[in-house]
Amino acid sequence: MRDVAIVGVGHSKFSNRFDVRIDELAWESAKDALKDANLSAKDLEFLIVGCTGGWSAESLPAVICSEYCGMLPKGSMRVEAACATSSAAVAVAYNFIASGYVDLMLVVGVEKMFESPNPVQIELIGRAGNYFWEFENFGLTFPGYYALHATSYMWKHGLKEEDLAEIAVKNHHYASMNPKAQFRKEITADLAMQSRYVAWPLKLFDCCPLTDGSASLILASESIAKKITDTPIWISAIGASTGTGNLSKRDMFTKLEYSGLESAVEAGQQAYKRAGIDPKNTAKHFDVASVHDCFTIAELMAYEDLGFCRRGEGVKLIREKQTYNGGLIPVNIDGGLKAKGHPIGATGCSMMYSLTKQLRQEYGKLAGKAAQATIKNGRALAHNIGGTGHYAYVTILSLEKPHT
Amino acid sequence: MSDLGEMTKKRIRENGLPIIDEARTKAPLYVSMRELPLRFQFGTTKIQKFFDGLKEGKIYMTQCEKCTQKYFPPQADCPNCPDSSMNWVPLDGQGELLTCTMIVVKPSTFAHYDNYIIGVAQMKEGVRVLAWLRIDDPRKITPKMKVRLTTAKREPEGFITYEFVPE
Repeated sequence: MRDVAIVGVGHSKFSNRFDVRIDELAWESAKDALKDANLSAKDLEFLIVGCTGGWSAESLPAVICSEYCGMLPKGSMRVEAACATSSAAVAVAYNFIASGYVDLMLVVGVEKMFESPNPVQIELIGRAGNYFWEFENFGLTFPGYYALHATSYMWKHGLKEEDLAEIAVKNHHYASMNPKAQFRKEITADLAMQSRYVAWPLKLFDCCPLTDGSASLILASESIAKKITDTPIWISAIGASTGTGNLSKRDMFTKLEYSGLESAVEAGQQAYKRAGIDPKNTAKHFDVASVHDCFTIAELMAYEDLGFCRRGEGVKLIREKQTYNGGLIPVNIDGGLKAKGHPIGATGCSMMYSLTKQLRQEYGKLAGKAAQATIKNGRALAHNIGGTGHYAYVTILSLEKPHT
Repeated sequence: MSDLGEMTKKRIRENGLPIIDEARTKAPLYVSMRELPLRFQFGTTKIQKFFDGLKEGKIYMTQCEKCTQKYFPPQADCPNCPDSSMNWVPLDGQGELLTCTMIVVKPSTFAHYDNYIIGVAQMKEGVRVLAWLRIDDPRKITPKMKVRLTTAKREPEGFITYEFVPE
């Protein structure tokens, strides 16, 4: 196996992008990544497009985007893993390069959700479970799935809705500094608490928005990475896991004395093992993390699933502001899905865009010094969940080459 | 074809093109003339007994004859063994509520129902079930409350499904 590095990153503006088609949107971040790596599309050998789709007109986004990005006649494919789509795309690309199949390739995560009206998007995302047994007769929505986890957590640990509001406050705070983010305004906990219920106990401000956007990564083999950049960001380890499609089958509701996503725990443990990191007390190994905060409760569960704190103590991290920049471990200091936006297929690449910039100590140039983490360990973590723990990908990035 | 909207029709009449202004940003949007109706159909042959059971007021799980693994939703194949000799066992109906939510913002195909409560309960037999919880006042819900799983007619459509009611 050869080591693989991120040598170029790009990011579109996240928003409701009525001004662009999906291929134009993909190009925005691909162009940005090519410029970052000082390469042309002709240098690249393969394109993987991470796109969940269903709400947008193009059925073959990989082909449309390949052509628009100037990648014909190179090979391409689309990869799908719900909201973890582009982390899965990175996992495939990583193996393409590690195996020696190609040396240099592009991963574009892109989603154009606003080509369909809002109720249709709610319908399509709600179907992302075990269709007949959860949606057909019972009409679960995506906030609903996470609300079931939130209620369970509240009943077990005395979590309050006010605690969840504090996660929203933090992520809006950092999104206000991120020029790529969908929401650029700070919010107060009062405002979050006053918002209406979407799926009790989750309110509007507990939920990430629907978003159009793209993010791109250029990955290179160890043989050429250092020729392209002085600071390759190495993919140190990837952990992946699949959880039961049907929420009622989640053991955590009964067997465990906590609430969380079993697949996220498994993916994290795999990644830690591969990276040689002690799976307990993990926060100290990372300078910054992006976790999958599609809902505030999801960020809280991620702290515990990833071992940043013990079970039931995630609330304490929030109350003590330990996941702000300068705290025990800065989490989602690019605004997270919650406020930066969540264009489903682009989110994994967007996380790795922010973390790459953080490790290169370039994030401050984009979003201001207050949002640049202090880089001591040279390590960052991306936790990207598809569905409600249906897919889980944990990717560890490092300034240090994994194998010497 | 569903209603294209007055604005789209007006634009076609005026300009010959279905290009409207997006409400907030005013960006020009081409409204497709090709609406895609989707209604899926899936086979029930292997678990038809479950649906026959609903008609008799029974809610079945399956249990592998070989390894005794229980399945709800019921399935006809056990991937553990792998074996497909399953016993169909009706659930007694007694359960304990593990979690719930009330859906306020609904999918478009559920817009005609009042806000509904979805619960997950631990059943006496060991399996867990997800279904609507029919309760007059959501404030009466308490952690681990006793619930009963029962077949029910879903109105206004009139099809048979299953739901929880307080015990």
